[in-house]
Amino acid sequence: MANLKNSFAGIKSPNPFWLASAPPTDKAYNVERAFKAGWGGVMWKTLGEDGPPVVNVNGPRYGAIFGGDRRLIGLNNIELITDRPLQLNLQEIKQVKKNWPDRAVVVSLMVPCEEDAWKTILPVVEETGADGIELNFGCPHGMSERGMGAAVGQVPEYIEMVTRWCKANTRMPVIVKLTPNITDIRYPARAAYQGGADAVSLINTINSITSVNLDIFAPEPTIDGKGTHGGYCGPAVKPIALNMVAEIARDEQMQGLPISGIGGINNWRDAAEFIALGSGNVQICTAAMTYGFKIVEEMISGLSNWMDEKGYETLDDFIGKAVPNVTDWQYLNLNHITKAKINQDLCISCGRCHIACEDTSHQAIMDSKDGKRHFEVKNEECVGCNLCVNVCPIENCIEMVTLKAGEIDERTGEKVSGNYANWTKHKNNPNSNG
Amino acid sequence: MGEGQLKKGIISERLNLDEYKENFCDLHSPLGQHEALVEAGRCYFCYDAPCQTACPAEIDVALFIREISNSNPLGAAKTIFDQNIFGGMCARVCPVEILCEEACVRQEAESKPVKIGQLQRFATDLAIDKNKQFYQAGDPSGKKIAVIGAGPAGIACAHRLSMYGHEVEIFDAKEKAGGLNEFGIAAYKSANDFAQKEINYILKIGNIKINTNKKLGSDFSLDDLSNKYDAVFLGLGLAGVNALGLKNEDAKGVQDAIDFIAELRQTKDKSKIAIGQNIVVIGGGMSAIDMAIQAKLLGAQNVTLCYRRGIEQMGASIYEQELATSKGVVIKHWLSPKKILTKKGQVTGIKLEYTSLKNGKLMGTKEKTTLEADQIFKAIGQNLISKNIKSLNLKNGRILVDDEFRTSNEKIFAGGDCIFDGEDLTVTASANGRDAAIAINKQLSKGAK
Ligand SMILES: Cc1cc2nc3c(=O)[nH]c(=O)nc-3n(C[C@H](O)[C@H](O)[C@H](O)COP(=O)(O)OP(=O)(O)OC[C@H]3O[C@@H](n4cnc5c(N)ncnc54)[C@H](O)[C@@H]3O)c2cc1C
Ligand SMILES: Cc1cc2nc3c(=O)[nH]c(=O)nc-3n(C[C@H](O)[C@H](O)[C@H](O)COP(=O)(O)O)c2cc1C
Ligand code: SF4
Repeated sequence: MANLKNSFAGIKSPNPFWLASAPPTDKAYNVERAFKAGWGGVMWKTLGEDGPPVVNVNGPRYGAIFGGDRRLIGLNNIELITDRPLQLNLQEIKQVKKNWPDRAVVVSLMVPCEEDAWKTILPVVEETGADGIELNFGCPHGMSERGMGAAVGQVPEYIEMVTRWCKANTRMPVIVKLTPNITDIRYPARAAYQGGADAVSLINTINSITSVNLDIFAPEPTIDGKGTHGGYCGPAVKPIALNMVAEIARDEQMQGLPISGIGGINNWRDAAEFIALGSGNVQICTAAMTYGFKIVEEMISGLSNWMDEKGYETLDDFIGKAVPNVTDWQYLNLNHITKAKINQDLCISCGRCHIACEDTSHQAIMDSKDGKRHFEVKNEECVGCNLCVNVCPIENCIEMVTLKAGEIDERTGEKVSGNYANWTKHKNNPNSNG
Repeated sequence: MGEGQLKKGIISERLNLDEYKENFCDLHSPLGQHEALVEAGRCYFCYDAPCQTACPAEIDVALFIREISNSNPLGAAKTIFDQNIFGGMCARVCPVEILCEEACVRQEAESKPVKIGQLQRFATDLAIDKNKQFYQAGDPSGKKIAVIGAGPAGIACAHRLSMYGHEVEIFDAKEKAGGLNEFGIAAYKSANDFAQKEINYILKIGNIKINTNKKLGSDFSLDDLSNKYDAVFLGLGLAGVNALGLKNEDAKGVQDAIDFIAELRQTKDKSKIAIGQNIVVIGGGMSAIDMAIQAKLLGAQNVTLCYRRGIEQMGASIYEQELATSKGVVIKHWLSPKKILTKKGQVTGIKLEYTSLKNGKLMGTKEKTTLEADQIFKAIGQNLISKNIKSLNLKNGRILVDDEFRTSNEKIFAGGDCIFDGEDLTVTASANGRDAAIAINKQLSKGAK
């Protein structure tokens, strides 16, 4: 049996599945239930400084995007950090950690950008026995207007400064949570690294308006006729998060910096993908908010079965294993030639591959043969783009076949070369150094 | 079993009122909003969708389902009506299992087609209930067209002609418009007087006048019509019925299924309809199946449908056959009627001979069997009464038309059941009417130049 034990930035947990800082981790009641369900750790819902807590809107705070059959694929929220008193949260954190010593309890924090504010909060958090802190530099709404959250996360200098303050004022591991609402994730990540962060976590939510109510002409969620941008998360954001994780993982300047992967993780496979791209563990919010805590059972059994199948005993066996295969476009092998192939036994003749290729791509799929409805790839036209595979409703019905060296590419009439050749050396590249 | 079913003779009130009500309500309850959305979500929006090709009216199925999916059911209704103004009735009566749904790629993929018929009903019911009118009579063309027969073929033709601005007069021999929609279709497929509701909805386009109790042949002749009108459309259906050609066919208890069904359709209180205890239905088409099922629903104890060929040759689809057996009808294949048994002028039973195919020919096996029966219903096909249309070319007893539904008289068009090679489907009748109207319009516009 695969061993899912996780050690992230020095924090131990029985598995790599942690709940992200959000409503599921807002109070002891939820966290207790999460631990009972089997979650490895939690990032406690972000705490602010002592004093009157923030207030949330009292109208709807979520908007959503749905896929077929009303499956939630994107969620947007305008919630703030915890709206419960600091003392109450601290008491509960202490009690929960006492009840669940083997689980990770990390406290998410967001206080004003002044060293004193951090100096005040860090010792009281430390006193709870929590395993670490996560600096919430990501919240894109409500808090950023007050100079916190994304307002800090979008300025690398502030990130570095606050991280440094925290490192100087606590023995707890410091994890810096990054906002995706920037142009290049490496800059804020490098700043955290420079500031001495023990790890980074990403992504926080993405600025978004999910929909517009066409009766009252206002963004959703609508509060008294008005709406505002919220933070987007859920399955729809996974590709964005994966890319940002990979960008950090393969950055020369941050080698060895632990990454906690977050964003759209919905099942064990998503988690494994984040881990393969260099995440030491993963955090999950929307999937739990959609289906409840029980999903972790599927994640645990799915991941360990897959690891068994592949012969990985521990997470370390495959953390970052995909990172060396992330490269820049210019280094992709232009001599790698593929052709779509439709499995006629599986084909149900919906014709979507044909119309997609015909209307919008390369006119490489015929719609009839001998006067009969029939879909088949014309190798002489197919550029191997994969669109047909992606629009086909049947799994594995269309596959991309790689031409072997020496075969003729019917489109160009040329023999496939067995040699690697990329754009940097291509004859059409004015900057070619080949 | 209810006591009523065991009673001897041909009697009414075999069941209690609730049972009648339940037996004759909608066969399929309509989809709710949620069900419709889930079902519509299953559509793949196929390229050159096979369902559309399989639909005799070529409704753009993928498009209307996508419209339902995107909260535009009225847009969906218009997409349907554009091709088939009887989209509402067809959603109820089409044998979709051998038309659009059979062609659905989901049938191929998982043996579960998208419920196209039900979705079509969802959209069209909404439009009809809201009385959302999509079409208006066109600018007056000054042309007058006579339509004979107010069945789906005739009314679909009239509707399209009105859209073009022509003035239409419909004549029908019966006291009510609708053709078999009103007098033939099984009661549980067109519950709650849907046929009339639909016709009223369709006729709101205006410029169409219906004259009932007016019969071609007795009230006017084909010549009268061609003299008086710029064009004529014949949607006569098949008013004649085939006979068994056996002795005692006029005995008490022997009846044409079509007549019985018509009476059933016209009787609001189904408990008033008398039905026997032991019923034999002869035939293998939709009428035979409908007759057998409705006899059962009226409370007959034993209903046996006898067909002289096998399952595959039956006009009624496998689905219809299964529906019948699920209601308790016994279907016997390879049985041909030989003798009607009577006592004092009343049917007591029927003698049948087993048949088999020998070198592709249906032959008697000499093996016989007898079924007890107090009623025998004949449903062995209808035919065209041709004496009123003698001047037109016929083929196999039906009117011969060209690709544009033009008869041998270029002013006279025809469509629906009465033409050669007709499919005997409501949807085909409606599509024929539509296409004939297009051709008539083309012909008249040419003349105008
Ligand atoms: C019992 C039964 C059940 C059926 N069930 C189904 C089903 O479930 N699904 C399906 O798709 N199809 C079904 N059909 C077939 C379908 O009803 C017909 O194909 C369709 O109604 C044909 O339409 P039509 O307009 O050509 O003829 P009809 O509907 O027959 O209409 C013809 C009209 O012409 C009138 N007429 C005839 N002669 C004259 C005359 N001399 N002068 C004036 N008027 C005249 C008649 O009164 C009638 O109103 C069924 C048929 C029967 C008999
Ligand atoms: C309602 C809601 C509230 C959130 N509040 C916080 C928060 O207080 N602090 C924080 O760091 N992230 C917060 N997040 C962001 C999540 O922790 C997480 O980064 C994001 O939702 C992406 O993960 P997911 O796709 O699994 O949901 C919140 C998310 C949601 C949906
Ligand atoms: S891979 Fe692209 S070009 Fe080739 S058939 Fe598929 S869609 Fe067309």
